[in-house]
Amino acid sequence: MPSSVMRTSRQGDHRPSPTAVSAVSAVGLRKSYGEKLVLDGIDLHIPAGSVFALLGPNGAGKTTAVKILSTLITADGGQAQVAGHDVATAPDGVRAAIGVTGQFSAVDGLITGEENMLLMADLHHLSKSEGRRVAAELLERFDLTHAAKKPAATYSGGMKRRLDIAMTLVGDPRIIFLDEPTTGLDPRSRHNMWGIIRGLVSDGVTVFLTTQYLEEADELADRIAVLNDGRIAAEGTAEELKRLIPGGHIRLRFTDPASYQSAADTLREVTRDDEALTLQLPSDGSQRELRSILDRLDSAGIEADELTVHTPDLDDVFFALTGPADVPNQPKETVR
Amino acid sequence: MSSLSLAVRDSNTMLRRNLLHAWRYPSGTLNLLLTPIMMLLLFVYIFGDVMSAGIGGSGADRSEYIAYIVPGLLLMTVGSTVIGAAVSVCTDMTEGVMARFRTMAIYRGSLLVGHVVGGVLQCVMSVVLVGAVGVAMGFRSTDATALEWLAAFGLIALFALALTWIAVGMGAASPNPEAAGNMAMPLILLPLISSAFIPAETMPGWFQPIAEYQPFTPAIETLRGLLLGTEIGNHGWIALAWCVGLSVLGYRWSMALFNRDPK
Repeated sequence: MPSSVMRTSRQGDHRPSPTAVSAVSAVGLRKSYGEKLVLDGIDLHIPAGSVFALLGPNGAGKTTAVKILSTLITADGGQAQVAGHDVATAPDGVRAAIGVTGQFSAVDGLITGEENMLLMADLHHLSKSEGRRVAAELLERFDLTHAAKKPAATYSGGMKRRLDIAMTLVGDPRIIFLDEPTTGLDPRSRHNMWGIIRGLVSDGVTVFLTTQYLEEADELADRIAVLNDGRIAAEGTAEELKRLIPGGHIRLRFTDPASYQSAADTLREVTRDDEALTLQLPSDGSQRELRSILDRLDSAGIEADELTVHTPDLDDVFFALTGPADVPNQPKETVR
Repeated sequence: MSSLSLAVRDSNTMLRRNLLHAWRYPSGTLNLLLTPIMMLLLFVYIFGDVMSAGIGGSGADRSEYIAYIVPGLLLMTVGSTVIGAAVSVCTDMTEGVMARFRTMAIYRGSLLVGHVVGGVLQCVMSVVLVGAVGVAMGFRSTDATALEWLAAFGLIALFALALTWIAVGMGAASPNPEAAGNMAMPLILLPLISSAFIPAETMPGWFQPIAEYQPFTPAIETLRGLLLGTEIGNHGWIALAWCVGLSVLGYRWSMALFNRDPK
């Protein structure tokens, strides 16, 4: 994980002071809307050139965090620096370094895809020819050339999202915020979007994304923070987070109550479910442990009707950290 | 680039966006022109005889009444056209593209300036179109000098600026485009209770002050004076004060709304 080696901008312009080693850093960010506390003091530290995922259920405060860091709204408390500029005191410095693709389509539906791109080029003060070149290049890269002359309002969800990101890239931002970039996309478009995001990273930009999909965070992010009720419940790499939850187990299912009973007697340390006739054993999922269980069953002459190995995934982490405990398929016993 | 030239450049970009919208979807603007044109046709060709007699016109000759109502309808056209500005500002404010503009290093006010300048240009275009209909129906100015024509145009542009800023504020204050359209509706209704169709002196006594001192009447009387040579009196100054006052009010209101944290 790129935690100590910082990549610096190839552009060389609007660079932060040498002391700024993070693309994004925040300390104690707080925000409430009226009575409702949305962010209750969050700390973030995102090395330049990495992908960071803010993971959380609906209403956890993900979008609010993005809005504060992208200077759209002001925090009630705490400090945040993006690209070395304070979001509260130097928002224009932040804005010059970032690109934002919000949760809701930020394209101008009344004009064509190409006109949207040229609008961005003008607002980034590119020359006419440079603007045309960049627009054509990005439309090509995001497979929108065929639709360039059509009004953006006629685009499909996936096309709008691609145009949205293409517009975000016009100014060659070094830090990109993507708020739920794949929400509402079909599986194919989602995989396309993942490819696009990986492509951004290989260009050396820092990506800050929010998602409610664990798989997405696992696939894309170097580091993941789980946001719940306005607080960071856990932070680390996907592997580190998975290690937090010893959720691995082996599950044996029986149809015959007699063999169920004798298996339960043979194997100690099991969690019984007498109604479903299933036994659950904690396990790290290793071959050796699996063999020893099978050997013990074999020597007792017991045959289970079904054996499944469950290794901990981010779902376990997510539910353990964010949920009320009554989550189906997640027996409490797995968390010992 | 200096910050001023950046502000001009960004505002110009936003103005072109605004005009592109109007050009792509002319039906919005043209629909708003229907009301003043319908009013013109209705009052001249259907009610014309009675109205003409009512203002002391000589018999069934409608030309005097055409001359009387065209200045009022030109300013009503302004009131009607700016409804479009309220709707389009609100559309922008409630859509995702706004968040994009707000997170870019551009001149903050450029979007509103683009809407206002675009709105004024559309008003002037609309006034020219309605004016052309008036001329086709027989409207002629009486001995207006070049300077008076220029002043008339200046008045229309200034009046358009004032009402556009107010409409932009209404657009920014409304939760959705439909509400923005409704909120701006009084701007097209105010001319009905001004001296646009009948002289304020002929209205019931208790109502006269309302008709006399609302923004449309002094502006209409001034325009009438410039184009037809009637007495302007202090209407000119009152009209100017209204225009400046409404512009400042609309500007400050819009900016305050625009600079609020979005939801």
